[in-house]
Amino acid sequence: MGLFILRRLGVMILTAICLTFIVFFLTNLAPNLEKLAKSEVNQRMSDDAVTTWLANRGYTQPLPVKYGQWLGVLPGYVIEGSDGVTRGRCINQGMAPEDAPSFCGILQGDWGESSVFKDDAGSIIATRLGLTGKLMFWVMVVMVPGALIIGVLAGMREGSRTDRSLSTVSILSTATPEYVSGVIFIAVFSSSAVGLKWFKGTATSAMDDITFANFTLPVLTIALYGMGYIARMTRASMTEVMTAQYIRTARLKGVSFGNIVLKHALRNALIAPFTVIMLQFPWLLNGVVIVETLFNYKGFGWTLVQAAGNNDIELLLGVSVVSVIVVLTTQLISDIGYVYLNPRISVT
Amino acid sequence: MEPLSWGEILIRIIGQFTPVWIALIVLFAVSIVYKRKLGLYGKLFDSTIGMIGFALVMFWVFTAVFGAMGMIITHDGLQQFASMKNKVPGTFLDEEGVYNYYLLGGDNLGRDVFTRMVKGSWEVVKIAPFATLFAFMVGITLGLPAGYYGGKLDTFLSFLANLILAFPVILLFYLLVTPEIVATGIPVYMAGVLFIFPIVFMVILMNSRFYTQPSKRNIYLAVTLVIGTWLYLGIAWNADPLGIISFPANLLVVFVSVVFVNSPTVFRIVRGLAMDIKTRDYVAAAQTRGEGPWYIMLWEILPNARGPLIVDFCLRIGYTTILLGTLGFFGLGLSPESPDWGSTINEGRKLLSIYLHPALPPAFALLTLVLGLNLLADGLREESLRD
Repeated sequence: MGLFILRRLGVMILTAICLTFIVFFLTNLAPNLEKLAKSEVNQRMSDDAVTTWLANRGYTQPLPVKYGQWLGVLPGYVIEGSDGVTRGRCINQGMAPEDAPSFCGILQGDWGESSVFKDDAGSIIATRLGLTGKLMFWVMVVMVPGALIIGVLAGMREGSRTDRSLSTVSILSTATPEYVSGVIFIAVFSSSAVGLKWFKGTATSAMDDITFANFTLPVLTIALYGMGYIARMTRASMTEVMTAQYIRTARLKGVSFGNIVLKHALRNALIAPFTVIMLQFPWLLNGVVIVETLFNYKGFGWTLVQAAGNNDIELLLGVSVVSVIVVLTTQLISDIGYVYLNPRISVT
Repeated sequence: MEPLSWGEILIRIIGQFTPVWIALIVLFAVSIVYKRKLGLYGKLFDSTIGMIGFALVMFWVFTAVFGAMGMIITHDGLQQFASMKNKVPGTFLDEEGVYNYYLLGGDNLGRDVFTRMVKGSWEVVKIAPFATLFAFMVGITLGLPAGYYGGKLDTFLSFLANLILAFPVILLFYLLVTPEIVATGIPVYMAGVLFIFPIVFMVILMNSRFYTQPSKRNIYLAVTLVIGTWLYLGIAWNADPLGIISFPANLLVVFVSVVFVNSPTVFRIVRGLAMDIKTRDYVAAAQTRGEGPWYIMLWEILPNARGPLIVDFCLRIGYTTILLGTLGFFGLGLSPESPDWGSTINEGRKLLSIYLHPALPPAFALLTLVLGLNLLADGLREESLRD
């Protein structure tokens, strides 16, 4: 088991390095750097000025070197610029060049500075991640029990009327992407045109103070899309378990149906959905981006859109590091959990 | 003039869709009469769920095709009437020579919502099935050898697939579908790599089947290669020597990113199926007969994996539709004038608390199409499991 986790961790780190390198490469392409220079200084910069500006700030170094510096395995650049100012990757404002550390990258905990928010990228990501964490917590609270209950109820009597109607509901919910269900929810529950006005159409106020009125719609929107898929997986696994020999034995022994479902079937039926829930995280991340944009909730997804839309290199890299780690960690947990829950699978 | 009542609007909309109804009735009548002779497609008409799904999907396919031919639509979808800005459904339009009502109202620029919804269906129908098909070709061409041979090749390809899968889709879209990246030409190179897979697939398919009859094989291969290369040059590099095929650059970017995002999942499914099926007796029989590995993969394993693949194909078209909507929702890739559903939903949502009608029709359109594809997949799964 230990060896398995170690190997998986190794693959995970390799994947993370490859992915961040791809993001680094794409954000550091020449047109993107030019756009960055122009947005930092002014739009009508001459090409020469752009080149000098970029050279003074170390952007014209070879890509692997820049990546190494960002990662913190190569010493940060120190460049005496053509305008006489000495700039260095590790030299912060108001710091003498001699005092600056030689390494400053992700590994040293230095995430760089966001060019859009003019703040430390690491602290921006931490705050935003906290906000999204709250959102995700409530999504999980709604989604997981809801999906499991629907799936178990549908799967315990295959082909019954409950099964048919619940399955239709779950198909409907998987067929409704967040930007459709969100728009419908806002239209029905918060617009003045329908007039119900039960909830708020934006979640901006939820960043300080979560209330039922301002947080229900975003949570429901994300939860609904994931719910159908998990419910269908649970149903499939439940129907399979319900046809197993030991369930028939239990029925013939005269165990009540409720007891069979709760004591005999449920545990085995929940193995597959566990993996599915864990593997839903990348998709949830997608949903988070859409919902945070739709409801103007300034969390992690919103930051991703801002960073990507404005080519904020350092922030975008930070965002992708975090999301890649989240995705890979959940994959690892799902693999390990699968092995723990299912005694028939062995990794050795 | 008074605006139309909801009943009148409904009747007029149903009237506008007349060609679609006729086509649907003909299609269903013919299919039900001959369903015993039509294989899996015919069996679909034994399941209610499948029939509902198929009807929904074909409704939008016919709408898209007839709409693109200029039937169904009432206006041209781009023409703006200042007097019609944000007007409610059924508003009378006092202009000469145009349809006199905005059946589903006007959007914030005074364009007809109904027409834009119909035109939006064409945007989906012309991209989603082909993008999915390409993703399948890539996934199959790489997934079969990975599952069949296993070993180092499998480890390497699986690592690549997991790499792409670990990327948040939206981040990938933002990185690929921006004007700056398009300017560097990376999407074109990606198209150059991805679009070569269908040709490789077809060539191997033909070669492995007919290699014992060289004269036949040479003809087939030549035809495939000529047509394939011609399409490839035209679509990927926009360098068609005959000048017939050209692919708009912004559409190509969207197409490439959707194929790119979808193919790793297809790869994983095909790999899993291949690993399962290669242990069967008929594969062993083919190996004993001395068939080549590609013959076994493409003519023994692939046909026997068709059930799950067809089901996944339907689901994946739905997923691609959702992805296209996401792209439109974030304003990526498609032109701002584009009537695709994602963009119209995004435009409509900005005034959602006051005006509902610009955002809801495209939202319901997208919902019903994806729902139809899901139901269709469900029906197919049920029917293919039955035998």
